[in-house]
Amino acid sequence: MAVSSVQARTEAFFAERKAESNDRLRKVLIGIVVVSLYPILDQWLGFGLLGSLIPILMYALLAMGLNIVVGYAGLLDIGYVAFFIIGAYAQAFLTSPNSFFIRQGLVPGFVQNFWVAMLFSWVLAAIFGVLIGAPTLRLRGDYLAIVTLGFSEIVPDFFTNAAGITGGPRGIGQIAKPPAIPLPGDRSISFSSTDHVSWFYLLLAVGVLTLFMVTRLYDSRMGRAWQAIREDEIAAASMGIPPVSTKLWAFALGASFAGFAGSVYSGYVQSVYPDQFQFSLSILVLSMVILGGIGNIYGVLAGALIIGSFDRILAVKLTIPLNALGRQMESWPGIFGDLGSFFATHSLTADRFLIFGLALVLVMILRPGGLFPSKQRAAEMKGDDDNFEFDDYETNQTVRSARRKEA
Amino acid sequence: MNWTLFFQMVIIGIATGSLIALIALGYTLVYGIVELINFAHGEVFMLGAFFAGTVIGLTGVTSENSTIQIIGTLLLALLACMVFSAVLNAFIDRVAYRRLRNAPRLAPLIAAIGFSFILQNIAIYWKGPNPLIAPKILPREFTQYNILKEWAIFGGYFDDKFIRFMAKDVLVIGITIPLLIGMSWFVYRTRIGTAMRATAQDREAAALMGIDINRTIQVAFLIGGALAGAAGMVALIYNNSARFNMGFQYGLFAFTAAVLGGIGNLTGAVVGGLLIGLIWAMSDGWMPTVVPGWGAQWTNTVIFSILVLVLIFRPAGLFGKATTEKV
Repeated sequence: MAVSSVQARTEAFFAERKAESNDRLRKVLIGIVVVSLYPILDQWLGFGLLGSLIPILMYALLAMGLNIVVGYAGLLDIGYVAFFIIGAYAQAFLTSPNSFFIRQGLVPGFVQNFWVAMLFSWVLAAIFGVLIGAPTLRLRGDYLAIVTLGFSEIVPDFFTNAAGITGGPRGIGQIAKPPAIPLPGDRSISFSSTDHVSWFYLLLAVGVLTLFMVTRLYDSRMGRAWQAIREDEIAAASMGIPPVSTKLWAFALGASFAGFAGSVYSGYVQSVYPDQFQFSLSILVLSMVILGGIGNIYGVLAGALIIGSFDRILAVKLTIPLNALGRQMESWPGIFGDLGSFFATHSLTADRFLIFGLALVLVMILRPGGLFPSKQRAAEMKGDDDNFEFDDYETNQTVRSARRKEA
Repeated sequence: MNWTLFFQMVIIGIATGSLIALIALGYTLVYGIVELINFAHGEVFMLGAFFAGTVIGLTGVTSENSTIQIIGTLLLALLACMVFSAVLNAFIDRVAYRRLRNAPRLAPLIAAIGFSFILQNIAIYWKGPNPLIAPKILPREFTQYNILKEWAIFGGYFDDKFIRFMAKDVLVIGITIPLLIGMSWFVYRTRIGTAMRATAQDREAAALMGIDINRTIQVAFLIGGALAGAAGMVALIYNNSARFNMGFQYGLFAFTAAVLGGIGNLTGAVVGGLLIGLIWAMSDGWMPTVVPGWGAQWTNTVIFSILVLVLIFRPAGLFGKATTEKV
């Protein structure tokens, strides 16, 4: 009797989880279909926003990668842009005819293809992730953050200063774009910087691939080990999870996705130079992860969409009505007039980092789990025991149903 | 070996080093008591420099005025900057960090990073993105006054060459040292200072002894901010300019100094500050004459490498005691 009741409950539990995951899969598929239909809508309604969506998709790639490090493994990396640079420069070194390594004849011909070089850049970024992570991951969380920051200052400095190899401040140009895909007939899909539609679909494909890999990683044994380490490193280590190598995997995989994004980016803009990559980019991506919902991949995607669209679209578009409003207000009395003359010439693009900084501070104070929190992570970041789980299944069920009634 | 240049750089290094020490003390005081890397500290310093420019500008005193008036204005600006930055630092603690005392350690750090960006943007609104030029308050006779030459130390020359040991360098050191003495008197000799040290050692035990923890932490932020404000004013006078993003570099260099000396250790922060100042000056000025291909563009790399290497190999710094993480 008792055995069968336990069995029934276990089965019910797993059935519920399966239903949940099916439901989620359905939503994700619908989301992908909707996004992939967007270029048609854009053309139809004449928005002309496709070009701005491409950087937003790249932000989404970066945010998904950073989410592995910050969200899943709980390691604060504020120098994430370093790996993006490494990926971008690796792509440039492997495919640009101006590159030092190609001129020396060190790069075999088949690697000089966009897709092959992309795989190499991916792996290279992961290797750098290991090189930087291995000595530093023993450090405490806040020290680790500062080390990643220091490293992300050193990397662009190196690319600026080692001009003999890297082209110095002017960087490397003529980076290979993806080879055109021939279609039946005389047409083909080409990837020059103005082919927004083909780049959109390429990035969407890369993004879906990344999303798939990241979610699979999260549900894997490694993903569970990350969560365990994040929640309580000592307890996890006592259970036989090696803390350093588990963290190292998170760091290297996070780095690899940044390298991946970097290589695609460098194929898109076709020239890289150190000034493109600044500390503020790390913070931009970090604020996407934190605003969207630290640890929740869909929240992170939403964060990338919100912050990316502000950064790339809204800041520019909203400046026009703001300036118009300012011109109207200029004739008003007192402080409104002053405010009006400020608004009349003010560009919202200058407010970007004020807004991202505010996002970081406000999320931490008001909603530590982000806008779309992962339940688990929200409870941890809040630092209290509201979501405490009892050792006993029965009690947990009672508590859960009580909570459900409350809500 | 160019000894003239070497000693020239030692002088510059000590002057900038004492500036960095002032900022580093703010990091170390706050870290010692709440274990938070106050990422916005560099920006508090930068806003202090901006505020100094405004205050001196408001008084309308220029190099034309009498010596007494100039000294009075400088002292007034110093005091105003210290109060301004102290209040700003304590304000940030009050609105953000205090609410996050019981959250995981990364939460206040993320909030601090956010604040650092907010303050930079406020600085741009305030003074614009271009460098702010310091008001001309020091008379030309003072800024051009070379102590070695005027006082004929080494006959005015060293090795038959010209070393500039300017009155401005002495001014920087002269403002820094009394501040350092005052601060260590405060921390080691007053009741609140003792409370601060007790709180740093064991917050709960200190609370049980009747120490008001929040107030004590606030005092640490106030002192750290005041020192950063003083450093801001000194930096404005010494460099003749200030810019909205200077807090980032100075802040990170000062943090490196604090880590190098052993974070939480006051003496360590001062020694670390001087060392970082010397390394900075040497790498900028002297190394290019010794190492072929070296240049000032490598300075950031050197200092950040020091930061990374110290954190990896000797996280307790030069003066700190190695501690194990409490379970």
